[in-house]
Amino acid sequence: MTKRIAAIVPAYNEETAIEAVVTGINEIAKSEQLAIDVVVVNDCSKDRTAMVIAGLPCIALNLPINLGIGGAVQTGFKYALQNGYDYAIQVDGDGQHPASEIPKIVKAAVDNSFDVVIGSRFISNEGFQSSTIRRVGISYFKWLNRLLLGIIVNDSTSGFRLINREVLKVVAEYYPDEYPEPEAIVVYSLKNFKIGEVAVTMKERQGGVSSIGTFASIYYMLKVTLAIIFTFTRMKFRK
Amino acid sequence: MAKIQIIAITISLLFLLYIVRLIIKGKLREEYSIVWIVCTIVLILFSFWRNGLELLATILGVYEAPNLIFTGAIFAIFIYLLHLSIVVSKLHSQNKQLAQEIALLKEEYIRKKEIKNAAVTKES
Repeated sequence: MTKRIAAIVPAYNEETAIEAVVTGINEIAKSEQLAIDVVVVNDCSKDRTAMVIAGLPCIALNLPINLGIGGAVQTGFKYALQNGYDYAIQVDGDGQHPASEIPKIVKAAVDNSFDVVIGSRFISNEGFQSSTIRRVGISYFKWLNRLLLGIIVNDSTSGFRLINREVLKVVAEYYPDEYPEPEAIVVYSLKNFKIGEVAVTMKERQGGVSSIGTFASIYYMLKVTLAIIFTFTRMKFRK
Repeated sequence: MAKIQIIAITISLLFLLYIVRLIIKGKLREEYSIVWIVCTIVLILFSFWRNGLELLATILGVYEAPNLIFTGAIFAIFIYLLHLSIVVSKLHSQNKQLAQEIALLKEEYIRKKEIKNAAVTKES
């Protein structure tokens, strides 16, 4: 049986890059015979993103207010859950995540029955490797995850990840708002989901601005550390 | 009665009246007004009973009576600010849920309308 997959594309002011992302995913779906529907979540963009996606072959979810990346992605998760998809894969709207890597991630989930598959830049170390400060942060999260959860995740800030229906049920209920990726791993791990990592090549963003500036990096690390510790405590002792 | 006492009592009473008016007009919810009403009543009480403050300070071992006011007031303000932060957090999460629900419903509505339009064009 073919698995139905929702490709969730959060987009904030991505009028230049979004079309290529949507077309890329649709082309891969056709050539690889995957049942992928593209779900673009427009996080109340100030540019013409809403108009652009209305004319594209995709499902367009337009948020009436800006919720931030976590809230936008969660909207897509809710859509996927309500409409009976087997998997949801998050693909960034700025073109960083090449559609050609999607089949690899899907295959990893189906073959190894992983609940969560993360597309990681740091297994084969090919392609765009991100900035130094970001890499320092990623090493730190790797250490923190190993300390708290005893698991090794090489690229915990990667948003290029696939989750199955069981995980969808959890994230539709709770998904962090800001910088959700590292914190979500803690949730997945404590819910005993099987997490896998696949080497992928990422590109530098094709348009738009990163959600994390240079100054915000320190805030990012602090906030995510706090969030990880609080989520860990909450879930560990509520069981 | 000293002048300051009369001023304090008048202001406290006016404040109480204003809060009551806000509640009646529906601009302030009852659950948030309790704190304000209690505070005003305390103010009125000590405006009438000037020695009360000195007495309370002596009982609690505070040397200067005004310090008791500052400590008490700052503590009350902190607690109330925390309460407001909790309210804002709750509103934030409810707001998020509403926005997501709207986006999902809007999509469903547009899809249903398209299906209906397609059916209408087929018939004609």
